[in-house]
Amino acid sequence: MNGVHDMGGMDGFGTVEPEPNEPMFHAEWEARVLAMVRAMGATGAFNIDASRFYREMLPPEVYLSSSYYKKWLLGLEDMLIERGFIAADEIKAGHASAPPKPLKRGNFTVDSVERVLTRGSFTRPASAPAAFKIGDRVRMKNIHPTTHTRLPRYVRGHVGVIERLHGAHVYPDTAAHDQGENPQWLYTVVFDGAELWGPDGDPTLKVSVEAFEPYLDPA
Amino acid sequence: MRALETILSEKGYIDPAALDAMIQAYETKIGPHNGALVVAKAWTDPAFKEALLADGSAAVGTLGHVSRTGDHLVVVENTPERHNMVVCTLCSCYPWEMLGLPPVWYKAAPYRSRAVKDPRGVLADFGFTLPKDTEIRVWDSTAETRFLVLPMRPAGTEGWSEERLAELVTRDSMIGTGLVLTPGAPS
Repeated sequence: MNGVHDMGGMDGFGTVEPEPNEPMFHAEWEARVLAMVRAMGATGAFNIDASRFYREMLPPEVYLSSSYYKKWLLGLEDMLIERGFIAADEIKAGHASAPPKPLKRGNFTVDSVERVLTRGSFTRPASAPAAFKIGDRVRMKNIHPTTHTRLPRYVRGHVGVIERLHGAHVYPDTAAHDQGENPQWLYTVVFDGAELWGPDGDPTLKVSVEAFEPYLDPA
Repeated sequence: MRALETILSEKGYIDPAALDAMIQAYETKIGPHNGALVVAKAWTDPAFKEALLADGSAAVGTLGHVSRTGDHLVVVENTPERHNMVVCTLCSCYPWEMLGLPPVWYKAAPYRSRAVKDPRGVLADFGFTLPKDTEIRVWDSTAETRFLVLPMRPAGTEGWSEERLAELVTRDSMIGTGLVLTPGAPS
């Protein structure tokens, strides 16, 4: 979806402000939210792509004015309500009132912790040979799905070169919507700065994105 | 937030003690010290560096003392000709196992919006000027691949041990928004 989360190339957000000696969490609740998202993901209530999509669907003014973990909390609540794991009136009441819904991978216990600390693999067997090889020129499709995609707006329609081939990976555009892992070849596509930002852009700049094969046309 | 945790716990979905254990692991096991050890080893061991640049996950997997990285770590090398910088314009993708949880600025709009269009302006916000002819390569982490920058080894560190070298490697130098520390200078 063309949401405010897709920020590459936007102006007006001001300077980057690094915080010296930044703590890992700025409040205890942030750690609880992080842990709840990881834990409920591990139970199979949702996958990483769905959790990103629910944050993207937050109203733009909420997305832009909420802290990072506030967005995680709001996205998590919306997702768990919509998928029937909790109810909105339970949030309001602060307590569970309906029985639980079975979880695909079971409840999250102390024994499950080790599993979430190791990153999972997103590589899957490919169903067809890769359509492109390193060095091929490709044009990013000019598509505007209203669903989840990892094709940022600032590269759509632009021509780049395949630089790396990563194998076939889970395809976020379908996985986010429970339409299956649908593995697709994943490439690094590199663009000249001028191709993206015009002749006034930084002449020393090159930008790459990680692009799934369905995002690409031959150029 | 408390309401949500209470509900998830009352329904039996999560054990709050498991959340405690997870948070404690994040606070103690992951962090930029993991990435710094990988960088220092690459600086001192040419065979490891070659393996690291060829397949980051496999090479890091050979180091027992570094936390596991999953399958998709890509390590990119800074040279006098080319500087690398990592961003996630769409959300906050970041190599947690190597660098810990991302800082607020990495996840915030100013960095995510400008890194791909005006990276030199972003570096200026960090007080960092790149020579004007150096190529600047920005890696937008739009999939599950994760990027770690291998900064250049500073001069004046000949013969240093990996442990001593690792102390020079800052988090920001592995994102590409900062430099490694200079030997002998106050950090």
